[in-house]
Amino acid sequence: MKVGVLVFPGSNCDHDAYHVVKHVLGGEASFVWHRETQLPDLDALIVPGGFSYGDYLRTGAIARFAPVMRAVVEFARRGAPVLGICNGFQILQEAGLLPGAMLRNQHVRFLSQDVHLRVERTDTAVTNGLAAGEVLTMPIAHGEGNFYLPEDELDRLEQNGQVVFRYVTRDGRLDPEANVNGSCRAVAGVCNEGRNVVGLMPHPERAAEAELGSADGRKLFEALARVVTAA
Amino acid sequence: MKKARVYVTLKKSVFDPQGKTIHEALHSLGYADVQEVRQGKFFDIQLGELTAERAQALLDEVAQRVLSNPVIESYRVELLP
Repeated sequence: MKVGVLVFPGSNCDHDAYHVVKHVLGGEASFVWHRETQLPDLDALIVPGGFSYGDYLRTGAIARFAPVMRAVVEFARRGAPVLGICNGFQILQEAGLLPGAMLRNQHVRFLSQDVHLRVERTDTAVTNGLAAGEVLTMPIAHGEGNFYLPEDELDRLEQNGQVVFRYVTRDGRLDPEANVNGSCRAVAGVCNEGRNVVGLMPHPERAAEAELGSADGRKLFEALARVVTAA
Repeated sequence: MKKARVYVTLKKSVFDPQGKTIHEALHSLGYADVQEVRQGKFFDIQLGELTAERAQALLDEVAQRVLSNPVIESYRVELLP
């Protein structure tokens, strides 16, 4: 599996994603600089977390106009798997590849902690092979992860089965306390209609080895590898 | 040279965590008459010599495409004399 990891000025989870692909899964990983206008020969692409361009203006707002993004949009439209993590998710939203927008966390604090996620869909690029309702533990680290969409569009999103992850309690129950950033309907991750583009606020790349406290995040990368192998 | 100001605010229907926090802080300082606070931002923009019409069209485009996120925000353009 050949996986590209985008690098913007201010990306800071790029090396973690690279590490998981290359050293945990044994795939081929390469960094793709934001000024590139073409992507190398890739099976999948990761848009990593961080604070691209300082998150000036809005999170992800400047990054979406980076030269490389035109090629990313094309790559995604071809149906190739794209995973956006945290700031990467926000960039994909700004680029129009994923629905919704992020507001400040409901209590206006930066949150850095473990959360529990329930897998809502198993037909996406990063959740195939997982069990529906499975609960994964991984960290979040964001100030703006409060997912927002107007009610009618949320209804449509749910009908289309595009809500991929929700914040839940350890035993998989919805609970306002577990929805730490106040996201609409506790949405933690979504996909596009084609299910090849997935974004989530939590960090699977920071929870891919037991030494890091949880290896649950590894399952998302393994799912990505399965999609690539099947293609 | 033309000057303009573009205001970007969260839509009325969108919860504003920052505005709410400021509102609560004002209340705790005793400003009981403050009923709501909504936070936003503005951009002071200088343009070259353009007709008012061209300036308005350019700023509408920039505000929609870059300065605001239409999912959560709305904007208002003000051409300054």
